[in-house]
Amino acid sequence: MLSPLHKQLLNNYQQEFPLSPRPYLEIANHLGVTEAEVLSAFSELAEHNFISRIGPVIPPNHIGLSTLVAMAIPRAQLTAVAHLVNRFPEVNHNYEREHRFNLWFVLIATDQQHLQTVIANIETQTGFKTMQLPLLADYFINLGFQLDLDETRQAVEQADAVSA
Amino acid sequence: MDSIDRTIIRATQAGLPLTPEPYQTLAQQIGISADELMQRLTHMQTTGIIRRIGAVPNHYKLGYRHNGMTVWDVADAQMDNLGTQVGLLDFVSHCYHRPRHLPEWPYNLFAMIHSKTAAEAEQHIADIAALLGTHCRAHDVLYSTRILKKTGLRISQ
Repeated sequence: MLSPLHKQLLNNYQQEFPLSPRPYLEIANHLGVTEAEVLSAFSELAEHNFISRIGPVIPPNHIGLSTLVAMAIPRAQLTAVAHLVNRFPEVNHNYEREHRFNLWFVLIATDQQHLQTVIANIETQTGFKTMQLPLLADYFINLGFQLDLDETRQAVEQADAVSA
Repeated sequence: MDSIDRTIIRATQAGLPLTPEPYQTLAQQIGISADELMQRLTHMQTTGIIRRIGAVPNHYKLGYRHNGMTVWDVADAQMDNLGTQVGLLDFVSHCYHRPRHLPEWPYNLFAMIHSKTAAEAEQHIADIAALLGTHCRAHDVLYSTRILKKTGLRISQ
């Protein structure tokens, strides 16, 4: 499924994507393939959702103000509350997690006042309290996450077989 | 950072175009030259507004099906030292200090781990526990069971 070129692109270009007029050509020259091959390999990665995009990654709180928010919602009401929360455009990611605090989402607002208004509205509309967990420090060290792609296909197939 | 920078960030959240001259394509949409676009992207990287430019992998789709938010109650005096060490672990993608909410939430260190199997996830959690040692009073792991919403970064004008 993943060719050697796919793997090289995935592991070598999570950072330092060339800032030059023909970035895909630059990558191609570096890897000893053609620009067309790089473009189609990236297209395939995007098409199959192995990458969500190629582009700039912005650290938290550099544009606007964000916070992680958790809520403890009774199981029977979780889906309804999640729908209410998702309607807010300030809500970025929203995950259900296995815990008493089972609803976890990230809010991005323009400033503190905007953030607190959105939180107050969420609490009013859902009838449940929120727990705000803003970032106090970001222990960001390495660039990119080193992917182990050797057994990807096998692992995916196993997982799919289990969940099927 | 000015309104053109914000426009650039917004325009790139859907991804760079997969065309031979992606910056040219994007610059035309924004109404600036490709040179200015590349200069501004370079400058935003230098100043830290942009952390990196590259392919953003989808861990889940790549076989990492056991992705846990590990949370730890770490002694405050050791937080920065230990947080930095946890952030260096190669299976940790994000590592943050966040506030406790006592009594119901005693955890102040958050580390996202990505694993292909449940056994691998357990090993990663054991590795973090060993690193924190006696400076950690309690921990928990919250696995995501459902993605309820996932959108790219959205910023206002």
